[in-house]
Amino acid sequence: MTFRRAHFLGIESLRPDEITALLDLADEYVALNRSASKHAEALAGMTQINMFFEASTRTQASFELAGKRLGADVMNMSMAHSSVKKGETLIDTALTLNAMHPDLLVVRHPHSGAVDLLAQKVNCAVINAGDGRHEHPTQALLDALTIRRAKGRLHRLVVAICGDIAHSRVARSNILLLNRMESRVRLVGPPTLMPSGAADWGCEVYDDMRAGLEGADVVMMLRLQRERMDGGFIPSEREYFDRYGLDAEKLACARDDAIVMHPGPMNRGVEIDGMIADDINRSVIQEQVEMGVAVRMAVMDSLAQTLRETRQRERLRGMGDG
Amino acid sequence: MTLWFVNARLIDPEAGEERTGVLRVENGAIAEVLADGTPPAGAQVIDCAGKCLAPGIVDMGVQVGEPGARHVESFRSAGRAAAAGGVTTIVARPDTDPAVDTPEVLEFVTRRAASQTPVRIRHMAALTRGRAGREMAEIGFLRDAGAVAFTDGARVVEDTRILSRCLTYARGLGALVVGHPQDPGLSRGTCATNGKFAALKGLPGVSPLAERMGFDRDMGLVEMTGVAYHADQITCARTLPALERAKANGLDVTAGVSIHHLTLNEFDLADYRTFFKLTPPLRSEDDRLAVVAAVGAGLVDVICSMHTPADEESKRLPFEAAAAGAVGLETLLPAAMRLYHAGALNLPQLWRALSLNPARRLGLEGGRLAVGAPADLVLFDPDAPFVLDRFSLQSKAKNTPFDGARMEGRVLGTWVRGARIFPHEED
Repeated sequence: MTFRRAHFLGIESLRPDEITALLDLADEYVALNRSASKHAEALAGMTQINMFFEASTRTQASFELAGKRLGADVMNMSMAHSSVKKGETLIDTALTLNAMHPDLLVVRHPHSGAVDLLAQKVNCAVINAGDGRHEHPTQALLDALTIRRAKGRLHRLVVAICGDIAHSRVARSNILLLNRMESRVRLVGPPTLMPSGAADWGCEVYDDMRAGLEGADVVMMLRLQRERMDGGFIPSEREYFDRYGLDAEKLACARDDAIVMHPGPMNRGVEIDGMIADDINRSVIQEQVEMGVAVRMAVMDSLAQTLRETRQRERLRGMGDG
Repeated sequence: MTLWFVNARLIDPEAGEERTGVLRVENGAIAEVLADGTPPAGAQVIDCAGKCLAPGIVDMGVQVGEPGARHVESFRSAGRAAAAGGVTTIVARPDTDPAVDTPEVLEFVTRRAASQTPVRIRHMAALTRGRAGREMAEIGFLRDAGAVAFTDGARVVEDTRILSRCLTYARGLGALVVGHPQDPGLSRGTCATNGKFAALKGLPGVSPLAERMGFDRDMGLVEMTGVAYHADQITCARTLPALERAKANGLDVTAGVSIHHLTLNEFDLADYRTFFKLTPPLRSEDDRLAVVAAVGAGLVDVICSMHTPADEESKRLPFEAAAAGAVGLETLLPAAMRLYHAGALNLPQLWRALSLNPARRLGLEGGRLAVGAPADLVLFDPDAPFVLDRFSLQSKAKNTPFDGARMEGRVLGTWVRGARIFPHEED
């Protein structure tokens, strides 16, 4: 089976075999990226526009690198400081871009659902690079690839996702993917950072981190946004670290071979102890970054193939009409 | 060390009864409760001479001036007042200056209290930093450091979203939150209860419904978050049905009332005596009677002193400008005897609200006359009459509304962990 869709908007609609196909393809790109010549031609002649309505360094760089390695012409548009500020609506921006005939549009937007809206208005493949607190599907894929390479499988694992679940699109995409691949997901965090109804997502919810980590194969930490730290959702950084920061003592509750993940950027001493983040036997945080490029290459490669096939079909149909 | 109390009229709030009997105390705890018995020769014996022996009072909501106002009330003076009033556990409020809102301040007051008085002192901590209602306090650390409950005192957290997060966080830790049910907008700048009397006196009044509105809002949040909640003072008849409904709906809710609201009413404001200025203001006689009945029925769970010391300067002002609050540690028991002598509440009912319920609600051991319970006891004569002279009070602050009042009920002795702490040795 392969992944053949016009857009890559979220994990929610993906079948397990599509996820597996993308991860298999990504594995090939990991090998390519580790080789001396990192070039492929899957996107040769195509134009990729990275449109980030929200500041991003790592994800944008990862998409840019992925596109370039596949031979695309890549353009970065930092929308956080552009025409949007002058009052242009999202749909007008989309139509303007559409007129430039891009092939791939990589979009991050602070509002949930905005990327779906955009996808309805343009004639190219759209990739969701994070929309509001809804989904961040390439992050979930890269996490899955990291886990699969470390653990040899994605099913029947106990994965503890810890921290600010309520505001995290990373958490939502990961929960969807891991549930679909038949792993057990636990959500660990203070109740103020746990979305209402989390228990109905097919996850186990824990206030107590030690209990939540008991027997876990994977410990996935989430970033705590600075603006949420001070008295709003949690009393203070120090109380948060005391209860929900990953340190050696809490990690000892997980399985001896449990891996530690973090989507970055990390707040050392807030959600994770620096010693743990740097522990090469446990932490796979650097590997996650590497997998990120490979996964994005796999997604763009698959979308480009769909795009070529669609255009081919349209051309044939056009000829028939003539 | 063994101590025998013989010939006692035992007030047992747990059983809801009183009976004559003998109590044996060993190593600071109650070792035996007997209907009759003779101590062995040479034993240390207290002959109660038929007077009442009850669990020491657990006073939920006492302001002590430490830190910030030690000249108004220190742990030492509050402890002496408590011992003289049969209070064996002071549950201190965090409305100090600075507020008890960090584990560091809590550790300081805990250490200070323990070095100054033999009376047990437990601390409530602030729910929000500086009791300002904006950012939540370190509820987890404070709980680890021994805070028994979380409250901003009489300051209402006005922002419902902030309060909901505080309650959600507290629920996650299983912490008790003490609220002050009051609509902050309606009560701002008022000092009496709306009605004919306040209007005649020209005092700005607040509707008794402001209490129910505040309570209803809090109940919405309690239902939303599932937190354990105690209303510090329910003083109006029209709040009672809402309280009853909340309990019937299975919310984890309890309520208290100050002894002043059970024994005084708005007419006491007649002479503009600022010692009668309280938060919330004194209510109508109908309200008072309804709340007394609610205590009897067990709907209102806790009676406390709401001990709020104020120096002379802050009270010697026009009524509207004067500080609110009254001292009550030492007069709580004699004032409660007014309810007993009026036939409104019997002694086990009173001690259920004065000792048993507050101890239970806060997870403390005291409040019971049972084997294994700590020997925190008060021996009192419910009938001994006296006229209260405020300058005879042990508190540094003398702002009592009972100055010059005829009262019945005197404390004869107070014990904490089986050790006698009243009468004071120099007396």
